[in-house]
Amino acid sequence: MQQSDAILQTRGLTVYYGSKQAVSDITLDVARHRITAIIGPSGCGKSTLLRCFNRMNDLIPKSRITGQVLFEGRDLYSPTVDPTEIRYQIGMVFQRPNPFPKSIFDNVAFGPRINGFRGDLAELVESSLARAALWAEVKDRLTSSALALSGGQQQRLCIARALAVQPQVILMDEPCSSLDPIATLAIEDLMRELSADYSIVIVTHNMQQAARVSDYTTFLMGIENRGGQIIEYGETRLIFTNPKDERTEAYITGRFG
Amino acid sequence: MARDTRSLRTSITAKALSLLPRHWKRLLWERLIRLTLAAAAVVSVLTTVGIVSVLLFEAVLFFQEVSILEFLTGTRWTPLFASQHFGILPLITATIITSAGAMLVALPLGLLSAIYLSEYAPDPVRRGLKPVLEVLAGIPTVVYGYFALLFVTPLLRQISPNVSVFNGLSASIVMGIMILPMVSSLSEDAMRAVPRSLREGAYALGSTKLEVSTRVVIPAALSGIAAAFILAISRAVGETMIVAIAAGQNPTFTLNPFVPIETMTAYIVQVSMGDTPTGTLEFKTIFAVGLTLFLLTLMMNLLSQYVVRRFREEYE
Ligand SMILES: Nc1ncnc2c1ncn2[C@@H]1O[C@H](COP(=O)(O)OP(=O)(O)O)[C@@H](O)[C@H]1O
Ligand SMILES: [Mg+2]
Repeated sequence: MQQSDAILQTRGLTVYYGSKQAVSDITLDVARHRITAIIGPSGCGKSTLLRCFNRMNDLIPKSRITGQVLFEGRDLYSPTVDPTEIRYQIGMVFQRPNPFPKSIFDNVAFGPRINGFRGDLAELVESSLARAALWAEVKDRLTSSALALSGGQQQRLCIARALAVQPQVILMDEPCSSLDPIATLAIEDLMRELSADYSIVIVTHNMQQAARVSDYTTFLMGIENRGGQIIEYGETRLIFTNPKDERTEAYITGRFG
Repeated sequence: MARDTRSLRTSITAKALSLLPRHWKRLLWERLIRLTLAAAAVVSVLTTVGIVSVLLFEAVLFFQEVSILEFLTGTRWTPLFASQHFGILPLITATIITSAGAMLVALPLGLLSAIYLSEYAPDPVRRGLKPVLEVLAGIPTVVYGYFALLFVTPLLRQISPNVSVFNGLSASIVMGIMILPMVSSLSEDAMRAVPRSLREGAYALGSTKLEVSTRVVIPAALSGIAAAFILAISRAVGETMIVAIAAGQNPTFTLNPFVPIETMTAYIVQVSMGDTPTGTLEFKTIFAVGLTLFLLTLMMNLLSQYVVRRFREEYE
């Protein structure tokens, strides 16, 4: 992959929680306007890796990193970078839907408001909800509580909320793990559509999901006590049809994990 | 039905007596414990009922002699003087001044310190400060009363010569300090109950710590915080020693915080400790005032319970 095609890159990234390594020596390119899946057994550090891309791990007091994370070639962890700025450009959707206990409108408007958005807020909220394939379902109840929505709707609301700050990258940490199969398919369709304009990184422990939605797949596995490492990385099609590493093959055929 | 089970139980125990003495002993023991616990519960309920009925009974006697209308709308309270007037409004305005003043102190400070403790303080700091707050909450209020009279009032009088030796302002400030730990501790509990996932959601949208606190945590914890405030107000309304010592015993119908006033609680103390003969109309006033005070704080406690119940539903 050429440099300009990668929107996010890690170079020898190691993350520690205290003295414990959660992932080690990760070197990875995330392709622009593509969906990159991170798969691997639970506890191998998928979330940890994902949370380095928007510096969410900063919120965990005893975590630290070595190595580099580059966003558009710029070091995300350089002292001159303000993590809140980064999070405007790199949005995140979490494992369990976490709408604020506010109205649907206020949930979507939250990011633009703190961001000092000056334009037409109602229009931005509408277009964000529309992009998240939720507008039709909620357009008549924008002022009612977001908590009244179903799980799948809440998760799409969280996606709309992330889209409203107009990020370039969307990080998704097992976004369907608490949803039923129909809601899951809706989110997967949505991701395919969004990948035209956004670069998406999705963590999933569901291999079918990775195979269905992603363009690239990274297989991570914890090795002894050094934390997760990349076992294999490449086009999803190849990883799933013709894995090079036997551990990848074992994992995707369900022999462990 | 009850009789049936009882006869059943006796027949079982009779059988158990001959066959299983250990089992029988245990049954008896269980029963004894249940009786003791029930007795304790009954005693506490009965005392409360007793207190309320005495209050009601004496108040009814009072209102046979004084009209409720005069009591609730009169602006002069002079039951101990030759020309008796029974308008409770001066006592109520005094209670309002001191409680509102206390809330003006405790509300912003309590909220700010709760935000600090819940969102900013590193774990060791919080673990150290919480018990300190609880110790502060345990200081006897008579100490606060003399602190108001002997320290805060002289200070206020240096700032402004209009301040009397007894005044509502000094009592309010010190009462605010007294309820501050409660406001801050309860608000902090409400804020810490806000799920971490909501904070993360806000951070992920580029919020600063201040934005997370003010736009997500506080709104989400609002009903818990409101309940803390209402409890604090009802504590202030019922507080006695501080106002009795520092605010004076002078029922004046005024909202001026610089002059001596008398709250409902301070009046009750004054009559109870004075030499007013029991059974007289003057003496019965304390039950009428007590009932008013009781209804006021009861209403506020019910309100706070209602608010707390709504708060519980919030993140279901
Ligand atoms: N806040 C934390 N503090 C300490 N250790 C953590 C923390 N979060 C995760 N870990 C550890 O780091 C490792 C990777 O965790 P995680 O990234 O959540 O894995 P995954 O998402 O693949 O299940 C695990 O061993 C986990 O116990
Ligand atoms: Mg995870």
